[in-house]
Amino acid sequence: MKISNFAVLAAGAALLASCATGPQDPRSEALRMMQRDFKTQGIASIDRLKQDELQAACDKYGDNPPKEIATKLQNAQYAAIKWPADGKFLGDWKAGEKVAQNGRGMAWNDKGGVGGSCYNCHQIAPATTSFGTIGPSLKQFAKLRGYGPDIQRYAYAKIYNSKSYSACSQMPRFGHAGALTQKQMQDLTALLMDPASPVNR
Amino acid sequence: MRHALVLGVVAAMAAAPWPHALAQTEDPVSAEFDKFREVLEKDNPAELWEVKGEQLWRTPGGPKKASLEKCDLGLGPGVVKGAYAQMPRYFADVDRVMDAEARIVHCMITLQGFTYAELAKAPFSSATRTPDPVSIVTYVAAQSAGMKFAAPQGHPKEKATYAAGKEIFFYRAGTFDFSCASCHGVDDKRIRTQPLPNFTKPEQAIRAVLGWPGYRMTGGVMHSLQWRLTDCFRQQRFPKPDYTSETLSALMTYVTVNANGQVYKGPGIKR
Ligand code: HEC
Ligand code: HEC
Repeated sequence: MKISNFAVLAAGAALLASCATGPQDPRSEALRMMQRDFKTQGIASIDRLKQDELQAACDKYGDNPPKEIATKLQNAQYAAIKWPADGKFLGDWKAGEKVAQNGRGMAWNDKGGVGGSCYNCHQIAPATTSFGTIGPSLKQFAKLRGYGPDIQRYAYAKIYNSKSYSACSQMPRFGHAGALTQKQMQDLTALLMDPASPVNR
Repeated sequence: MRHALVLGVVAAMAAAPWPHALAQTEDPVSAEFDKFREVLEKDNPAELWEVKGEQLWRTPGGPKKASLEKCDLGLGPGVVKGAYAQMPRYFADVDRVMDAEARIVHCMITLQGFTYAELAKAPFSSATRTPDPVSIVTYVAAQSAGMKFAAPQGHPKEKATYAAGKEIFFYRAGTFDFSCASCHGVDDKRIRTQPLPNFTKPEQAIRAVLGWPGYRMTGGVMHSLQWRLTDCFRQQRFPKPDYTSETLSALMTYVTVNANGQVYKGPGIKR
């Protein structure tokens, strides 16, 4: 069921993406291979290969869609954000730091418990010097941008769904994908926004 | 004897936690590692697996009690010298492109009588066991040391496989929206302190294939590219690709062809 689902989608995506639609076109060939060669392992099931609308569009335009399309995608992503039920953006920055450090979760050898893997890609609190550089430095995040509610909302939105501001961002959509909980995202927002957080000192 | 000594040092390094806290932009972990690699490369532990692999190649084995000396790695039955640097390539008998390990496994099945299921059951090295195909691929790879990569692109299927590999490299999906290019598509990026080569550029693509198969200090085991790519798919949060599948050969075709013309230095050492 799932596999045939993927097949239908794959075929659809192939049609969408291709200029040449013969049996030989590279994209259908790639989809054919992947569909056959990947197997569900642990929590990483085969239906993860199925692209959603945004992933397919980013693929099609080499992560650089025309402006109107990007805006449309971003708006749709933004509209689907579930804001904190308690109306608060800031949780506990100390708990947020733990989530940011934790790089586990969602891989086939992981069980439950997902971290943010934020340090894999970002400089955040200055004490951690082992940080990646795929994303920009978040050091002094609120100190540079301000501590107000608009920036809080922006930070929460960015963590919940990075694509709501940048359609083909390389950053995962942690809330949208159901990877992080509301509390984890509030704690991370506090890590970036709390005046007492080492990020802003 | 000298091997034992070197292995001792390596094991001690592997057991010690990496001093991540020290790492800065000029990453001292990498610097330290490069120093050790220089020392080790004079007496590379990969040679141990090379020797074992050569034995496995020459000695009759498997249900059919045959050696692998009739295995065709693309340059004719039994020709090992230079074969690794000219793979992945198209093989008419299976009508697909195969990388070195995929071809060796194919030969173990057809010549020696092993089954795919038993070879694919636990195909990657652990602290206690190195699967035979890994040793054999290390032996085969060593016979191309010093040669230029020349993965062929003459056959239409080789071209099509390169093109499919490129598509797979850029295919974004899964819970984290990653593709290979998320981590290996731009210059000078890192995950934590690990440098991420940009495989879309010829001068950096060589880093995808140099030093593989490699003796990996983390864990002290010998690993091939089959393992490296599979583990990257795990990090990519994708489901698991079949061992020796066309998907993996296609990705290897993409990165190797991008590195064509550059010199392969033989099995190496990885952190
Ligand atoms: C795989 C890489 C990756 C991971 C993991 C990642 N990010 Fe990002 N992040 C990026 C990239 C790339 C950008 C810049 C492009 C963009 O704006 O989307 C970014 C941008 C941001 C921004 C906006 C910065 C600004 O100046 O406006 C924030 C805030 C942020 N990330 C927070 C986080 C947090 C918190 C986590 C962990 C839950 C995280 N990121 C995990 C790659 C990543
Ligand atoms: C989420 C991040 C991520 C993704 C996605 C990813 N990789 Fe990697 N890759 C890494 C890291 C980290 C390393 C290890 C670098 C090191 O040890 O220095 C690595 C190493 C490699 C290497 C070995 C490079 C060397 O120096 O020996 C190859 C080859 C490779 N990746 C290929 C791929 C391919 C092909 C894909 C897609 C199937 C992929 N990677 C996807 C993070 C990633």
